[in-house]
Amino acid sequence: MSAVAHDLPDGPSPLDVAALDAAVEQALADVAAAADLDALKAVRTAHTGDRSALALANRAIGALPGPDKAAAGKNLGPRRGRIAQAIAARQAELEAERDEKVLLEEAVDVTLPTDRRPVGARHPIESIQERVADFFVGMGWEIAEGPEVEAEWFNFDALNFGPDHPARQMQDTFYVAPTSDGDDSNLVLRTHTSPVQARSLIERGVPLYIAVPGKVFRTDALDATHTPVFHQVEGLAIDRGLTMANLVGTLDAFARAMFGPEAKTRLRPSFFPFTEPSAEMDLWFPQKKGGAGWIEWGGCGMVHPNVLRAAGVDPEEYQGFAFGMGIERTLMLRHAIADMHDIVEGDVRFSTQFGTEI
Amino acid sequence: MPLVVTEWLADHVELPKDLTAEQLAAALVRVGLEEEAVHAAKVTGPLVVGRVLLQQPEEQKNGKTVNWCLVDVGPEHNVTEIKGVDPADIPAGGARGIICGAHNFGVGDLVVVALPGTVLPGPFAIAARKTYGHVSDGMICSTAELGLGDDGRHGIIVLPRDLGFDEADLKPGQDAIALLGLGDEVLEINVTPDRGYAFSYRGVAREYAHSTGAAFTDRALVDGVPAATPDGFAVEVDDAAPIHGVVGCDRFVTRVVRGIDPSAPTPAWMKRRLEGSGMRSISLAVDVTNYVMLDLGQPLHAYDLDKVTAPIVVRRAAPGERLTTLDDADRALDPEDLLITDSPSGARASRVLGLAGVMGGASSEVTDSTTAVLVEAAHFDPITVARTARRHKLPSEAAKRFERGVDPRLPGVAAQRVVDLLVEHGGGVADPAVGDLDRTTGLAPIDLPLDLPTRVAGVEYPAEQVTGILEQIGCTVVPAAAPGSVTVTPPTWRPDLTERVALVEEVVRIAGYDQIPSVVPAAPGGRGLTEAQRTRRSVARALAESGLVETLSYPFIGTAELDALGLPDDDARRTAVRLANPLADDRPLLRTSLLATLVETARRNVARGLPDVAVFEVGLVTLPAPGAPAAPQLPVGVRPSVEELAALTAAVPAQPRHVAAVVTGNVDHAGWWGAGRTAGWADALELARLVAARAGVEVTVAAATDVMPWHPGRCAALVVAEGPQAERVVGYAGELHPKVIERTGLPKRSVAFELDLSALAAAASGEPVGATAVSAFPAAKEDFAFVVDADVPAETVRAAVVEGAGELVEDVSLFDVFTGEQLGEGKKSLAYSVRLRAADRTLTADEVRAAREGVVAAAAAVGATLRG
Repeated sequence: MSAVAHDLPDGPSPLDVAALDAAVEQALADVAAAADLDALKAVRTAHTGDRSALALANRAIGALPGPDKAAAGKNLGPRRGRIAQAIAARQAELEAERDEKVLLEEAVDVTLPTDRRPVGARHPIESIQERVADFFVGMGWEIAEGPEVEAEWFNFDALNFGPDHPARQMQDTFYVAPTSDGDDSNLVLRTHTSPVQARSLIERGVPLYIAVPGKVFRTDALDATHTPVFHQVEGLAIDRGLTMANLVGTLDAFARAMFGPEAKTRLRPSFFPFTEPSAEMDLWFPQKKGGAGWIEWGGCGMVHPNVLRAAGVDPEEYQGFAFGMGIERTLMLRHAIADMHDIVEGDVRFSTQFGTEI
Repeated sequence: MPLVVTEWLADHVELPKDLTAEQLAAALVRVGLEEEAVHAAKVTGPLVVGRVLLQQPEEQKNGKTVNWCLVDVGPEHNVTEIKGVDPADIPAGGARGIICGAHNFGVGDLVVVALPGTVLPGPFAIAARKTYGHVSDGMICSTAELGLGDDGRHGIIVLPRDLGFDEADLKPGQDAIALLGLGDEVLEINVTPDRGYAFSYRGVAREYAHSTGAAFTDRALVDGVPAATPDGFAVEVDDAAPIHGVVGCDRFVTRVVRGIDPSAPTPAWMKRRLEGSGMRSISLAVDVTNYVMLDLGQPLHAYDLDKVTAPIVVRRAAPGERLTTLDDADRALDPEDLLITDSPSGARASRVLGLAGVMGGASSEVTDSTTAVLVEAAHFDPITVARTARRHKLPSEAAKRFERGVDPRLPGVAAQRVVDLLVEHGGGVADPAVGDLDRTTGLAPIDLPLDLPTRVAGVEYPAEQVTGILEQIGCTVVPAAAPGSVTVTPPTWRPDLTERVALVEEVVRIAGYDQIPSVVPAAPGGRGLTEAQRTRRSVARALAESGLVETLSYPFIGTAELDALGLPDDDARRTAVRLANPLADDRPLLRTSLLATLVETARRNVARGLPDVAVFEVGLVTLPAPGAPAAPQLPVGVRPSVEELAALTAAVPAQPRHVAAVVTGNVDHAGWWGAGRTAGWADALELARLVAARAGVEVTVAAATDVMPWHPGRCAALVVAEGPQAERVVGYAGELHPKVIERTGLPKRSVAFELDLSALAAAASGEPVGATAVSAFPAAKEDFAFVVDADVPAETVRAAVVEGAGELVEDVSLFDVFTGEQLGEGKKSLAYSVRLRAADRTLTADEVRAAREGVVAAAAAVGATLRG
C-alpha cells in the first residue's frame, strides 16, 4: 500500500449490502439528475472515482478474510456495473440532446440560390443528331461522314443527277467560284447528305449499312421554316435481297425511336434521281397541332442502279434502300419549336432549355 | 405547279358528283402527284347577276361624280323600300340601291353585284353602308375586285361585253359565283421531273383513273388528224450542233388559219378555265394555244402569218445573234440556243422568231390586228430546252413541259384542236395545207423479269398483275425470249421509262405503296462509333459540363470578319473558298476559323442583355490549298478510276473539324456567397487543355506572342508531339487582343480558344490506356519556395522539380506565385508542393531527403534558388 492510499477515507464495508445499495441508489439518482454533460462528468467522478463509496468498498476487499472475499466481490461487481451502465446511458442521452441542439443551431436557409457555377448545354441540333446516330448504331449500322464543300460529281452525278437533269436545277445549290485559273471549280456546298452514299460505297464496299447525319446547304433565305444551312440524316442499306419492305421496317422503327410507340410512317410515290422506286415519307404524328395526323418527314426509295454502278457495285447482285430527313424539321416537330430563327441564331437561352441530352 | 380545275378535268375522266378538292388531292397523292395546296374559294356569299335600272350621276363637294344606281338583283334579293327613295320611284318587283364610282356601264347592262354578306378576295366583306347621302346596299364589281386579275380597264364588268356571255343565258339574281367559277376550291399539284405528261389535264386525268379506276378517255388518241400535205408551210431542221448527239427538234407541225376576227373575244368558259388554272386571258389566238397546252400538254405557238416568211428553219444560234422575246427583253443568244427562224426576202434562216420551246419573239407576235395565224406544234430535245430556259432564266410554261418531256404524238392532235377552236370562236377558216416534219422514233423496249417487282418491293405481285398494270399505264407488253420475262414498250408520253426499275416503280406505285409490309432488316452488326466520333461527343459534353453553351453559326464570312480578327494580309486564314452565288454579297467566303463567326454569336448574346456569356461551337472550317485544281467532271453511272478518284480528292479542300469557345463576363457567378470570378486567359487555356485531355492527347503549352486574334502577352499555343522531333500547333487559347475586342464589340478582356479537333483526334494513339497500379503506401509531402528571374516560365521550373524529384514523384503543384520588394527587382517566388510515393514501400527519411536535394539541385540548374 502506498502512502497516498492510506490517505483515502473509509468506505462502507463490502459486506454491508444495505450500505452498498444506498450508495447505488444515490448514484442512480445523481445520474438521473445530471442536467448536462458537465454535471454527468461530476457525477461520474463522485460515484465511480477513486473516492467513491463503491471504489472504497472495493479497495477494502483485499483486507477481508478469504471466504468473505468472494461474497464481497459478488456484492460489488453487479452494483458497480449498474452505475456504469446508467452513466453510459445518460451520457448517450445528453450527447444526443447536445448534438440535436448544435445541428439545430447550424441550420441554414436551403432555399438560397446555389447557382454559383454556370450550367452549360449542348445545341439541340447536335444532341438530336447524336440520338439519331445512337438509334442506328443500336440497329448495327455505322455512322459515316463526308465533306461539306463537295465535288459536284459526288453531290449530283454519282447520284444519277446528270448535268442536265431537271432535279439538279431544283436544289438551289451554292456553287464554289472558279479556280484561280478561271476554270469552273465543279465544287458545291453539298445540297444533301447523299454524296456520302457514293463515298461510303466506294470506300467501304458492300454490304453497307450507314447513317449520315450532317450539315447541308441550299440558297434559301432564312425565315420561320427555312434556313440556308441545315442538317439532314441520310440512311443507306445495301445488301443482297433488301426490299422496300425493309425500308418501311427501318423507317417505322426510326419513327418510333424518335416520336414514341404510336408513331408510324406512310409512303407516297415520288421522284428522286437516285432512287427508283422513290417515295415521300409521311410521319403519323400524334402530337400534331389541331389533332393527330400525317406530316411530311422525308424522302426515300430503293437505290437506283446507276448509284451502285457509280460506286462499282453490281446492281444485279446487290440492292438496297436510302432515305433522308431534315433534322431541323424533326427537332421542331418533336419539341414544338415554332421559329427557325431560334435554332440558328446562337442565343444561349435557346440551347440552355435542352441541357445535354435530348 | 399546275392548278387543277375539277370541272375541266371531267372532260377527260369520269368524276363523282361533288368531288371536293381534298378528295381529288387524296386520289392523286396515292399515285404520286403531290398536293401543293388547296386554294380556297375566291368569293363566298350572295354574288349575283344584276341589271342596272337607274344610273343617276351625282356631283359631290369634292368635285367627284358618283352614280346612284338602282339594280335589279332578282326577286329573291330585291327590296321594295329603299331609304330616301320615294316608293313610287322604286320599280315594280323592287331593286337595290347602290353607289358606284365607275362610269363604264349604263342602264340595262348586266353586271355582277356583291350583296351585303359577300366576301371578296382580300378578304373584303361587303356590308350596307351610308355613303354620299345614300345607303349603298351592295357593290357593283370589277374584275380586280373579284380576283379575276386586272383587265387593264379598271372598270365595272359588263358580263356580255367584257366576259363574252350571251345575254340570253343571264338573268338578274343568278348566282354569279358559279357563273364565274369563283366558288371552286382549286387544287394545286406538284409534278415531279419524271412526269412531264402530268403537266396537262390529260395526264392528271390518267393518273386519277389509275388511282380510282374511273373511266378515262385519252383525248389525244383521236382520229381525223390530217396528214402532211405537200403545200404545208415549209419547215426545215438544220441543227449543226446537237447536244449529246440529239437533234434539237424531231417534229414540227404547222397549220394555218385565215380570216380570224381580231376582235373576237375568248369565250367565257375558256376564260374561266384558263383563269382557274392560273393563266391570264390575253387574246383569242393566245388563249386558244394556252388552253390546248393545258388540256393536252403540248406547248404551242401562234405566229402572225403575215410576219413570217417560209421556210421556217430550226437551227442553233450564231455567235452574236440577239432576240427580243415576248417579254420585251433583248437577249444575247448562245450558240447552244435552238432557234426558230424564218427567211425574209429569200434570206434563208436569217431572222430569229423565237427560242425553240422556250419563248417566242416580239417581231412575229399575234396582235389585235392579226387575222391570219400560223400555228406551231413541235417537239424539242428536253436538254436543249432546259439549258436555254436556264441560261435565259425563262422558266416558261412551254419550257417547263419540254424539259420534262412532251408526248411526240401530240403535235398533230394539238394543232388540230387549235385550228378547230380558232375556226369556231374566231370565225377563221382552216387552211387545208398541213406541215408535219416528223422524225420521231419510238421509245426503246425494255425486258422485264416478271418477278422483279416482287424482288424489289417485297410484295407478291402475280404475273398477271404486273402485265395488267403496265398495260394500264399505256405500255405494250409481249412475252420476251427469256422465260419469265416480258418485253415492255413504254407509251409515247412516258420517255422516263428507260429501264427496268422504272417499270418496277410503276407496278409498285399503281398496286399501292400501302401494300408494302414493314420488315426491319437485320444488319450484320457494326463497330459502333469511331474514335473520332466518340472524341467529338466527349469534348462537346465536357465543355457543356464546364458551363459553356453550344451554339451553331452559318459558315459564311466576308473580309470584314477576317479584318475584325486582325488577321495580317499574309495570314493563311485569309485564303478562303469563295462562293459563286453567296446569299449576301458581303459574305462570299467560307470560314477558315470558327472564331470568325463565333465572336458574332457571343456579341449577339451580350447585346441581348446577357452579361456572362460562354459559348462554344464545333464545326468544319474550309482551308483551300492555294491554286487547287478544279474537280473533274465525270459521267453518271460509271465508277471513277483510281486516278479520277484521286483527282476528286485533290480538288476538294481540306475541311478539318475545329472547336472554339468565347468566354466573357463571370465564369463563377456573383451572389450571396460573394463576388464572382471574371473569365481570364487561364480559363480559355484550361478549357483548351480539357479538350485535349478528352481527346486523349498530351499537349504542351508555349507562349504565342504574335497570333491574332489573341493578346500578344496572354496567348498560349497548344502543341502536340508528332514523332520524336516534330511537333505541331493544334490551336491557341488566351485573352483576345484589345483591338479585336474593340472591332468586334465584345466586352473587354473576353477570352477565347480555337483548336483543330481533327488534328487532336489524329494525334490520339487510339490505344487502350495501360493502367498503373495504385500504391497504398504512405506519401511524403515536401514544400519548396524558389526565387527565380521573373521571365523564367513556371513550366521550366516545374519541369526541373519533376525531374529532380525522380521516379518517386506523384504530384507537383504550384500553390503560390508571389513578387515583392523583399525578393528584389525582376524576381518572383514560385512555391511548389511535391507529393512523393513509392509503389512498393514506405519511403525512408533518407529517400525523402535525397529527393528533396534532387529537386533543389535541378531547380538551381534553371536558375531557381530555394528561399531561405
